Order: sequence, then structure tokens, then C-alpha cells
Amino acid sequence: MSAVETTRHGPGAFTRAVTEIVHAFNTNKTSWVGLVIFLAICVLALLAPVIAPYDPIKQHIADALQPPSQKYWLGTDAFGRDVWSRILWGGRISLLVSVASISIAMVIGSTLGIVAGYKGGWIDQIIMRAMDVLLSFPTLVMGLLVVAVLGANLTNLIIAIALTVIPKFARIARAPTVAVKELDYIEACRALGYSDTRIMAVHILPNVIGEVLVLASLWTATAVRIEAYLSFIGLGVKPPTPTWGGMIRQGFEYILDAPWMCIYTGLAVLVLVFSLNLLGDGLRDAVDPKLRNE
Amino acid sequence: MLWYTIRRLATTVPTLVAVLTVIFIIIRIAPGDPAIAVLGDNATQQSIEAMRERLGLNQPLGAQYWSFLSSALTGDLGKSLVSGRSVLGEVLAVLPHTLDLTFASILVGIVLGLPIGILAAVYRNGAIDYIARILSLLGLSFPAFYTAILLILAFAIHHPWFPVMSNPKLGDPVDRLYNLVLPAFSLGLIMVAYVARTARSSMIAALGGDFIRTARAKGAPARIVVLRHGLRNAIIPVITVIGLYLGLLIGNSVITEIVFNRPGLGKLIVGALEQRDYTMLQGLMVIYAFFIVLTNLLTDLAYGLSDPRVKYQ
Repeated sequence: MSAVETTRHGPGAFTRAVTEIVHAFNTNKTSWVGLVIFLAICVLALLAPVIAPYDPIKQHIADALQPPSQKYWLGTDAFGRDVWSRILWGGRISLLVSVASISIAMVIGSTLGIVAGYKGGWIDQIIMRAMDVLLSFPTLVMGLLVVAVLGANLTNLIIAIALTVIPKFARIARAPTVAVKELDYIEACRALGYSDTRIMAVHILPNVIGEVLVLASLWTATAVRIEAYLSFIGLGVKPPTPTWGGMIRQGFEYILDAPWMCIYTGLAVLVLVFSLNLLGDGLRDAVDPKLRNE
Repeated sequence: MLWYTIRRLATTVPTLVAVLTVIFIIIRIAPGDPAIAVLGDNATQQSIEAMRERLGLNQPLGAQYWSFLSSALTGDLGKSLVSGRSVLGEVLAVLPHTLDLTFASILVGIVLGLPIGILAAVYRNGAIDYIARILSLLGLSFPAFYTAILLILAFAIHHPWFPVMSNPKLGDPVDRLYNLVLPAFSLGLIMVAYVARTARSSMIAALGGDFIRTARAKGAPARIVVLRHGLRNAIIPVITVIGLYLGLLIGNSVITEIVFNRPGLGKLIVGALEQRDYTMLQGLMVIYAFFIVLTNLLTDLAYGLSDPRVKYQ
């Protein structure tokens, strides 16, 4: 987005920014499809304790490796646990880890990016070089190392993913900040004696928020995948708590006899990631004036 | 270009040192004693002390840092705690497999992604474009293990055309290629999606240019206009995207290698994690970081070559 041609400032700038994005978003059907699917998955995961037909942890060894049937819609795993119930419960972990890690990364990363862009000079240099260094690791490898070092549990998983994504937000927030801070109205704010914090929060943030939201939605999709990968490798939340990655790992061992374990759980990851990508793509079109007319 | 290359190389060294520092810090902030982590909770005090000595943990932190930095920069990554062999030697033994996989998946990305992107741009807003956009977004969404598992189910189990496990013999090119097909398609799918999306948008931009109108006005056939005039101008962003997402491929290759039980850096790192092979883990992080820094350097240099303006910034 060219920040300069669409600057938002003054009282109510933040609300206007959000209203503009929502308006543009409304004209994009695919993003609505993404949002509806994503919300549906959230509702299903939240309602897991109510709608899951079976306990996700309790084993029914006599019913082990049952194919999909009326009794077990998506079949059972090697311990006779209902795959559909475990997918519902596993979705909670996936959503919790991805949304929490990206929210943390969004707040810290955008703040760092805006401060770096606004302050410039050595502060900018230090922050952005540090971000470049963090970007030097593949996201998955960085996540892998952090979880391996800190220990595999829910909190560390969230920290690891957040840490790998912070630099992306810092970069995306810095660019429009640099463009906007040179404009007359920011100069006027300074002349009026506004504090740097106020200028950044009230007058610069509205110009950054659009791109940050796009990135948040696209990276939530990536976070879902990374969480699944780490659980697949065995560095996720420990069993017997159901996680999608862990279920696929277990299912893979029975791929010849019971492929449904992998197929349906993988499908759950795919649908969630696809919905977030649809949403992010639509948001991007809504936020970027150049793409709006495409 | 020479001055630009020197300047870019000069910034690479501090980046590499900073990256190595981050690795050092991450490995050191691990809660608990790494020697105990390696040996397990039941280890005797004597063996713990011996391991601390072996890992250099009884030295002051500054000395440890200096020793780590100087060894890493000279290519000495230490010895594996499990096998006792040199970390660099173990890495070099499996590296050709990971490189095969990475380059083959880039090739898959270009061969499939480029035509899809071009067709979508040429038939913009039509059925082909719509299908291509949805498919490429779907391609972006496929988790690496899911693609791998579906390919195994379809082309190794249902139709046993390819091996379930990919264990190529390095000396046999045919075997190497045969074992590469499924993993390369599995890892390459995401690249197909990225290349198709980028090719589409850059082709749309190129096809809107005045020179295209001129070419059409001169009566050039549509195929020539698209492939010779359009594509030539649209290809640079595609190259950039491939450079940008090489890091993603290297990361995802970990998963692909595990699913296909294929030798490579990914399997090595997971093995190191499982066996608590502390020096191997540290060495592999150095190798991964080195690759990413090198990729960024090469992408920037390629960019400087293809766009003269970059050099003067």
C-alpha cells in the first residue's frame, strides 16, 4: 500500500481506518468465505466439550483402528479413540497457539517497527538489524530450536512461534511509518507539542494497521502449520492431549491399515489454513488500493 | 557491480557474526545444565563433570563465546556427541540429498507455476484465472506433511509406482531421480503456488505496458507478444520470489524428509533433538543460518545484476 496517498490522521483516524477496511472487505466475496469457514472452525473447536461424541483421551482398545462408520464418523485411532472428537479438541490447541502467538508477535513486532521507523537513526539500525538476524533462520527451524531448548509445552510453543514472526511485523510496520513521518501533519503534531508516543499511537498506527492485519491473518495460517509441524516432530503439546500434528504422526504409523487418521486430520489443518489464507488474501485486496480494482 | 558486490559482502560478515551470536545465546539460555540434558537425570556427578569439560561448559562464558565463534567461522563445528564423528562431515554426507530435494522442488515450482501464472494473466478474470487463483491459494495452504502423505497414498501405496521411503543411492543418477519424484512434488507444491501467483500479477502488469500495445499494433502474433515481450519483463519478480521463499523450502524440507524417511539435514536435526546431540544441533543451526545468509546474498546480487538501479541505492 502506498501510505502517502491514503494517509489517515486526526481524531477518529483509527476508526476510519478500520471502517474503510471493513467496507472494502465487504465487497470481496472470497474473503467472506474465508471468514465464515474460519469462524465455523472456531465455533466447532469452542463447542468441543459439548458436541464431541466421545472423550478425546479415554481409550477403547476393543474399538481400535475402526474405519469411519455411523458409530465413529471419522474412524478411530490405534487406542480406539474417536478421530472426530480428537480433531475437535485438537482444533482448540491449534487455534489457541496460532492466535495467541500471532497476537503477541503483532503487538511486539508492530511496536518495534513503528518505533524504528519513527525514531530513525541508531534506534532504527539496532532494531532492524536485530530483526534481520532473526529472519536469518527458516521459521520452522527457529521454532524447532526454541521449543527444543525451552522444553515442549503450550507456553513455549506460543513463545517460539511468536519469536519467529515478530521480525515480519516489524518490517511491515516500519515501511509506511517512514513514509508517513515526513508528512506535514506529523510535523504539525510535533509543533503542537504532542508526545512521540501519542504521535505514534494516534497518528501513525492508523496508517500501518491495514497491512499489519493482512499479515496477521496470513501468518496465523502459517502458525497453524508450524504448530502442526512441531507436534508432528514430537515437540508440541505432549500426548495424550490431542493435537493435529501429533494425530497425523500417529496416523502415519498406520497409514497402510488406517489411512483415515491422517487423511481427515490433515484435511482439518488444510481447511483451517485455507480459510485464513482466503481471509488474508481478501484483506490484502481490501487494504491495497492498487489491488482493489484488479 | 564490483563495488556493489563488495559492499554487500561486507554487510554479510557482521550479519553472520550476529546470527552466530543468536545461536550461542539460544543454546545457552536452555533451562538446566546442558550436560544433564545430554546425559539424562540419572547421570553421576563425575560423568556430568566430564561432559561439561567435553562441551567446554566449564570455561568462562566469554571464552566459550569466542571459541564457538572462531570455530564456526573456520568451519569447525565440533564432533557429534552420539556418533563421535565430525558434525561437518555428517552434514556434508547428507547435504547432497537436501540440495537435490530443494532444487528439484524449485524446478517443479517453475515448470508448473509459470505456465499456470501466465495462463491466468492472459485469461484474466475468466474461468481459467479464477480456477488458477483458487488452486494456487489451496497450494499455499497445503501443510507439507499432508501433501507428502497424500502422494504416498496415491502413488506409492494405491499405485505402487514410486517407493514409500526415499532412500536414494548417491552414485546412481537414475535411482537418485526415481527416489526424488514424490518428495520433490510434495515440497514443490508450495513453490508452484508462489510462482503462479507472482507470475500472474507480474504478467498482468507487463501485459498492460505500452510496449505490448506497440508489439500488438505491429501485428506480432499473440503467442509471441505474451511469451517474448510479456514474459521477459515479468520474470524478474518470479526470480525474486524464488529467492525469498528458498528459506521456506529449506525449513519445510525437514518435514518432507521425515515423512519420506529421506536422508538429509532435516532428518539429522530431528535425530539430534531426539538423541540430545547438543553439538550436532548447534552445528546444524550454524549450517542453516549460513545457508539463509548465503541465499539472501545471492538473491541481492542477482537483483543487482537484473536491475541496475539497485546498485546505486
